[in-house]
Amino acid sequence: MSGPVLVIIVAGLALIGWLIARARAAAFRDGGQRFSSLPGHHGWYVALWLLVPPLVFLAIWAAVSPAMVTDAVLATPAAAQLPPPGFDRASILSEARALAQGRAYGAFNALSQRLAPAYATAQDRYDWIATGLALLLSFAGGAFAFVRVRPGFAARTRVERIVMGLLLAASLIAILTTIGIVASLLYEAGRFFHTVPVTDFLFGTHWSPQVIDPRDPGANLGAVPLFWGTFFIGAVIAMAVAIPFGLMSAVYLTQYAAPRTRRWMKPILEVLAGVPTVVYGYFAALTVAPAVRALAVSLGISWASSESALAAGLVMGVMIIPFVSSMADDSLAAVPSAMRDGSLAMGATSSETIRKVMLPAALPGVVGGVLLAVSRAIGETMIVVMAASGVATLTANPFASATTVTRQIVDLLTGEAEFDSPKTLAAFALGLTLFVVTLLLNIVALTVVKRYREAYE
Amino acid sequence: MTARNVHVHYGPKQAIDGVSIDIEQDKVVAFIGPSGCGKSTFLRTLNRMNDTVASARVKGDIRLDGQDIYAPEMDVVQLRARVGMVFQKPNPFPKSIYENVAYGPRIHGLAAGKADLDHVVERSLTRAGLWNEVKDRLSDSGTALSGGQQQRLCIARAIAVDPEVILMDEPCSALDPIATAKIEELIHELRGRYAIAIVTHNMQQAARVSQKTAFFHLGTLVEYGATSDIFTNPRQDRTKDYITGRYG
Ligand SMILES: Nc1ncnc2c1ncn2[C@@H]1O[C@H](COP(=O)(O)OP(=O)(O)OP(=O)(O)O)[C@@H](O)[C@H]1O
Ligand SMILES: [Mg+2]
Repeated sequence: MSGPVLVIIVAGLALIGWLIARARAAAFRDGGQRFSSLPGHHGWYVALWLLVPPLVFLAIWAAVSPAMVTDAVLATPAAAQLPPPGFDRASILSEARALAQGRAYGAFNALSQRLAPAYATAQDRYDWIATGLALLLSFAGGAFAFVRVRPGFAARTRVERIVMGLLLAASLIAILTTIGIVASLLYEAGRFFHTVPVTDFLFGTHWSPQVIDPRDPGANLGAVPLFWGTFFIGAVIAMAVAIPFGLMSAVYLTQYAAPRTRRWMKPILEVLAGVPTVVYGYFAALTVAPAVRALAVSLGISWASSESALAAGLVMGVMIIPFVSSMADDSLAAVPSAMRDGSLAMGATSSETIRKVMLPAALPGVVGGVLLAVSRAIGETMIVVMAASGVATLTANPFASATTVTRQIVDLLTGEAEFDSPKTLAAFALGLTLFVVTLLLNIVALTVVKRYREAYE
Repeated sequence: MTARNVHVHYGPKQAIDGVSIDIEQDKVVAFIGPSGCGKSTFLRTLNRMNDTVASARVKGDIRLDGQDIYAPEMDVVQLRARVGMVFQKPNPFPKSIYENVAYGPRIHGLAAGKADLDHVVERSLTRAGLWNEVKDRLSDSGTALSGGQQQRLCIARAIAVDPEVILMDEPCSALDPIATAKIEELIHELRGRYAIAIVTHNMQQAARVSQKTAFFHLGTLVEYGATSDIFTNPRQDRTKDYITGRYG
């Protein structure tokens, strides 16, 4: 029986259980006595017990059953002709599976054609086992719950507890996913550092993954130019744009703008944050980059790149403005108005008040916001893929080409690539580095912001 | 400082209706009255802090040394240096104690050089009765002081620019009795040097610190006279009801 049908059957069982349990609980309430649990709670208690165990079982089953099916297929005589473990074997097996499940109609490999029936039988058998077990669990759970439907039973608190458990499980899924991603990143990066020394990667200044000497793969995988490029574009140029403009617009919006101006100006600024980054990418590559190059040429820099750090950084800065502005806005708004009044009452003008009292008071929050913005900028990918260069150069000249970590990850993983060469594995090492740096930035920023919020509670 | 026939509106709502009052040098004036009657509003017209409220409109004639403070040529910056203000909740700036007091003199360019500024800071803190408590920790943050100390710091900050009038809006309502007693003592000492107007909800406090008392009710000035008269022998029934506690 297929998964969806099974789920519908279990849900139907739960509905029936709910109705019966409710009716039964309603019957003993007729005595006129009052209980803490309403009939509905008894109904839900039984329904949840009918529903949750088989669903949990099916979720686990979905994860482990393919391996069991494959094992069963490998035990058949036809599997003896399979090539040794490796790429070919895996592709024949997956082809056979596709045939068995009716997702493919012809096979490249005669062997997969022969293995397909074995797959189909094994799959069928395991499906029936799953169905049986799921229904068994459902009935067992339902029976367990149903015998408890008695007058004094606190179904209400039990239901509450089950609901809490479900909510907890839901929140754990996000956390587990993150842990899984980090684990796979660590694993792949670990494989990379098996062949390339950490020091070569972190401190090497030469990056050209296209040509890797198998005897010394670390020689061409020194990531310093990438780290520098990322820092230069994301933390220097982009912030040089985003901090002043973001801060000034926040100051204007919180301190000067009339409520009516603020009402239309703030949303417009926030629209800037909603522009898809790929659109910024076009803008950077097609409009800003040529303009920057033309400017450089007119300044006499004839070698100026059309994939300059400046173009990518400027556009990235514009992208980050609303982010900085809204963080600064929040921080300024959190400064008690008593500070402002105190300063104004001393005879300070608005701008003196802002410079000498409001901004210093809001500074920790602003700094936290800027750190968060930096962490976003260095993780930003689309703009640099479209506007930055693919060539790693170690330069502080904004008109020269520069590349970033994210851009290189994309380059390393697109196109023809085997998945265990140092070249592709380097992408994971870069990803891990980026992850660690952004994580640290976020932790620092959030602690700073939190401390600051507490100071004015 | 004289106010004649002052009206204040917040949007369409009238908060002060035709108030006339004289605030004399060497005297402390207490403003009393039930909550919402417009005491703070009136106080804030005296240093034009109502300018910061977009909806507020002020009519009438308010003069400081004969000069109309709402005249177009009046410089608000100068006015606020001459009419200082202390708020209900202590609001020291998140700066050092020294910087808090030096803030006004710096803005108004009152000190010629570091030594002069040091002197102004010391003098203001001494007058505010805080010098002995903080002289060894001038670089600590002003917000690290106790509530009562913070309020005296705010008073020191206000007198550092040598104002003629000091307005205090319930300066003790966030303080405990001991800190309150210190502020009251301080008001006694400051009298004579500055004209002081203080808003208070505490009748005993008004009786203790002020020479004159103004009773406000629903935006109007009901009675204004010597504190001893107001408390022992009020002319208006409403005043009597209020100070004897019969009015909620
Ligand atoms: N910013 C404002 N905008 C609109 N109305 C205001 C504003 N400030 C005060 N009011 C109104 O003006 C009236 C007088 O307020 P005010 O704060 O002067 O009273 P108060 O006598 O100081 O009261 P309390 O003793 O509670 O401090 C009140 O009705 C109040 O609602
Ligand atoms: Mg008030």
